[in-house]
Amino acid sequence: MQAYFSSLNPVALWNAAPGGIAQGLIWGIMALGVYITFRVLKFADMTVDGSFSLGGAVAVMLILNGADPQIVLIASFFSGILSGCVTGILHTKLGIPDILAGILTQISLYSINLNIMGKANQAVPINSVRVFFTSNIRYLGQTLTLTLVVDVCIIAVIYWFLGTELGSSIRATGINPNMSRAQGIDTNKMKIIALMLGNGLVALSGGILSEYQGFADVKMGQGSIVIGLAAVIIGEVLAETLVGKRLNFIMRLSFTVIGAIIYYMVYVFVLWLKFPADDMKLLTAIVVAAFLAVPYLKERSNNSFSGLAKRNAKLQAESKNNGKEAE
Amino acid sequence: MLEIRNINKTFNPGTINEKKALIDVSITLNDGDFCTVIGGNGAGKSTIMNAVAGVWPLDSGMILVDGVDVSGLSEYQRAPYFGRVFQDPMTGTAGDMQIDENMALAARRGQRRTLRWGVTKKEREQYQEYLKDLDLGLEDRLTAKVGLLSGGQRQALTLIMATMKKPKVLLLDEHTAALDPKTASKVLAATDKVVEEHHLTTLMVTHNMRDAIAHGNRLIMMNEGRVALDISGEEKKKLTVEDLLHKFEELSGGNFANDRMLLSK
Repeated sequence: MQAYFSSLNPVALWNAAPGGIAQGLIWGIMALGVYITFRVLKFADMTVDGSFSLGGAVAVMLILNGADPQIVLIASFFSGILSGCVTGILHTKLGIPDILAGILTQISLYSINLNIMGKANQAVPINSVRVFFTSNIRYLGQTLTLTLVVDVCIIAVIYWFLGTELGSSIRATGINPNMSRAQGIDTNKMKIIALMLGNGLVALSGGILSEYQGFADVKMGQGSIVIGLAAVIIGEVLAETLVGKRLNFIMRLSFTVIGAIIYYMVYVFVLWLKFPADDMKLLTAIVVAAFLAVPYLKERSNNSFSGLAKRNAKLQAESKNNGKEAE
Repeated sequence: MLEIRNINKTFNPGTINEKKALIDVSITLNDGDFCTVIGGNGAGKSTIMNAVAGVWPLDSGMILVDGVDVSGLSEYQRAPYFGRVFQDPMTGTAGDMQIDENMALAARRGQRRTLRWGVTKKEREQYQEYLKDLDLGLEDRLTAKVGLLSGGQRQALTLIMATMKKPKVLLLDEHTAALDPKTASKVLAATDKVVEEHHLTTLMVTHNMRDAIAHGNRLIMMNEGRVALDISGEEKKKLTVEDLLHKFEELSGGNFANDRMLLSK
């Protein structure tokens, strides 16, 4: 035990922190995409595991073919839009249930990504091209600023978009599809648009991450839906505790990104504790389950059958005791 | 003008649950007609509403609005023609959106949803006026979430949303059934007012015979998927609950299977 603690180096944690923040900011873009499908549209979209890798694959392969590393991110974004469109069509036009539609696209993207890259992973030729989103320690400050700017811009665009007529219709579709149709809203179209936008952001995030880590891997998106959800939920729980009733929409979006940063800071911290990297997915699942369970358990503790039974039993016991004392 | 021409609908055809919900139903509403529809459970009164609104396609028949056949249009495509209020107060509004946002969605019924701002300042002022007319104290709560309103307030708001962009036909599907009697009469009064004001052609389903008699200029009783009774004008004015009960008894073979109709006398 002594040996374990003395092996932990606080300086190493300090040095790893900026990398954690950078990764959190990059995954924050992904989490914003998940927010649009999961929270706004109320659609549990499993496509993202595939579209995240797709964004990375498209970016790296285009760079390898000589494209500008910044322009390729636009291609990543559009590749995500395409995959969201496929899920949307499977769901709305072919009547496949939401989760299954996403899984079908996700599984087909696995093959597609392998085809795009020709093998399971491809590296960015970092020595011959200059990428803005680099994890190179010398430029980390620049990467941090740039990703922060990108996040802020995306939050602003989402905020604007969901306030427009089209965006309001998407929100209404997520909340009450019957009412939306009665008001002349084409709910199928709205679902497809939201899925396209959400997956576009997810793939953009995948493209940036592959530049950051210097490679794309066919498995880089595996479990990313859980990380996205973790960010959304950590952000929500945090926002409700810190801001409470004054919580507005722009704060909700911002807290989603903050949720992603916190997730990666915890990740960095746990790795620093020499937790095996293979177990990180297990840990992520536990964190998400815990955060999902907290609001439910909180509600239950105030409002449950067994709680009432206990209170009643106590009252009865008390009145019995009082009765005895009176005698 | 609404013309329902020989419409048929069978649910679950060819199965043990087969139900002929509408059999060769034809109804024509003239401009400004306020028609109430009554009938027992399963008589087909709400089915008529859903058929007109386009919740599902008909097996056969036509629905014409001002001479235009809308029966081939899907629910959202024919929404511009109809204003709808539902039985469940939750159905007509988006609970997690603000009052003004809900109204703005309704104001754009039949328009393309563009990238222009969802609610403008000018619209908000206009909405405030509408809500003031309603006299429910909602005019100062434009930015409140609709989910915070009571059932009656939500139905009243839905009624405004259904009529603020004048529909060709107003469809009311037992819109007071989920409300307490006092609130129900308030919402009905608001309904009468708005129908009168905008001279709306209205189809109102109800299970309350008294309401069916007291409102509108025409009454239709449905039975087993068919129109069993169609009364209008002077004849309707003279109609009593006893008459209707008698007629209903006759239709159901002297057998009061439906206690709901009785109870709501």
